[in-house]
Amino acid sequence: MNAIGQWLMQFEYVQLLQQEWPLYLEGMWTTFWLVALSLFLGLFIAVPAGIMRNSSQAKWRLPAWAFIYFFRGTPLLIQLFLIYYGAGQFLGGADSWQVTQVDNPSAWQQIVLVLQSVWFSLCGYIWHWLQEAWFCALLAFTLNTGAYTAEIVRGSINTMPVGEIEAAKAFGMNQVKIMSRIILPSAFRRALPAYSNEVIFMLHGSALAGVVTIVDLTGAARIVNSRYYAPFEAFITAGLLYMLMTFVIVYVFKLWEKRWHKHLKPLQV
Amino acid sequence: MLDLQGYEASILSGSWVTLQVALLSLLLAMLLGIVGAMSKLSSFAPLRWLATAYTTVIRGIPDLILMMLIFFGGQLFINDFSANTNEWLNDYFSQQNPQHEWTSYLPDYIDVSPFFAGIATIGFIFGAYMAETFRGAIIAVDKGQLEAARAYGMSQWQVFHRVMFPQMMRHALPGFGNNWLVLLKTTALVSIIGLEDMVKAAGDAGGSTQMPFTFYFIVALIFLFFTAISTTLLKRAEQKYAIVTR
Repeated sequence: MNAIGQWLMQFEYVQLLQQEWPLYLEGMWTTFWLVALSLFLGLFIAVPAGIMRNSSQAKWRLPAWAFIYFFRGTPLLIQLFLIYYGAGQFLGGADSWQVTQVDNPSAWQQIVLVLQSVWFSLCGYIWHWLQEAWFCALLAFTLNTGAYTAEIVRGSINTMPVGEIEAAKAFGMNQVKIMSRIILPSAFRRALPAYSNEVIFMLHGSALAGVVTIVDLTGAARIVNSRYYAPFEAFITAGLLYMLMTFVIVYVFKLWEKRWHKHLKPLQV
Repeated sequence: MLDLQGYEASILSGSWVTLQVALLSLLLAMLLGIVGAMSKLSSFAPLRWLATAYTTVIRGIPDLILMMLIFFGGQLFINDFSANTNEWLNDYFSQQNPQHEWTSYLPDYIDVSPFFAGIATIGFIFGAYMAETFRGAIIAVDKGQLEAARAYGMSQWQVFHRVMFPQMMRHALPGFGNNWLVLLKTTALVSIIGLEDMVKAAGDAGGSTQMPFTFYFIVALIFLFFTAISTTLLKRAEQKYAIVTR
């Protein structure tokens, strides 16, 4: 074993890996939780937005359409920059905004001052979070995947067999019950293959986090590259780790599909 | 909010760069896609393996990593290659002739332009996606029709452009359209490797005017404009190649 180790150590790449593997591991962990959390939070946007997008009333449909259109039609990088760099344009220094000084305020002015201080502390609180790069990335990724997944949800709701909905109506179910018991369970099942693509897209999109100072897998590769001026070693290592994560996702979704699509399997004779 | 403070021109010229990068990489991606699809369907196994490796590896790795690999790595590779070649040629000639003076046969330092690195990377990445799209489209064309066309005495070229191509386009267009829309948005990444596209222009303008949101929002609107035009054109193309139903 030791002999193999000694033999391996003659390669510069192995030395680099031996030095830097904790950084890559840290980056992989950051990538993992960033993607997992934004996918999870994105679902809470996607399902309502997907349902709203299908509504027959314009007041529901149009906001959902605009949200989906904007986030699917613009690059994730721009969305990230809008939040990471753009927030400061409106909220910059919000944590030190001072309530207007008024001598002997009247009752009406007092109400205004209280509202102002509530508003300022809210802005200050939001600004406090938006100064964290990871929070900006999480917000951008969540909104982005929310929009893409909403479109998937919409698509799979649209392919719902009409007969099932009619049957549910005939059973006397109301709108909410039809949605939660009949449409959504079946729609999720049909959305699964498309959703696995979205998960992989999100994993690949999360590489952008490395651009805004976050040490995810890409950030780790950039650090290694700048330390050693070794672009091949640095980026190929990161690329292989991303591929590994992609294959694990594909595998997990295959298992999941097997479970959820059991009823579609050909009969075992 | 939409007072651009004199940065209209730089955003506009940036958007032209973005469009150039997008269209040129689309061209490269289509070429690679056709070659990739042909190789995947080829009867020569090593070619098939190579194409499969290409599409699997590319689709498993984020664009940004590939772009940095090709931009930083390509720079290093090209310069190492020309330095080694110079060394080797000079060694060889000075053995032949002791009076030989050191000459740089290849340039000592080549600066890889982010413009070409960007196009090469995006084209290379989307070539893999295009290969999958084209492969599916070629398979979808009924083989019997091609055989029938051959039996009518059509030449290979006639079979391709009268029977294969119109039907292939019908199957390829939706996937092609999706690839193009994703490619267009991917071009935003070239700003990271230093190309003066509209994202970079917006960043510079936003930095000096302290209005980053305004400028990035305008760039977002320009992207939406490009996507809207593309969707319209693609719809028209799909109608052109649509199957005529009774």
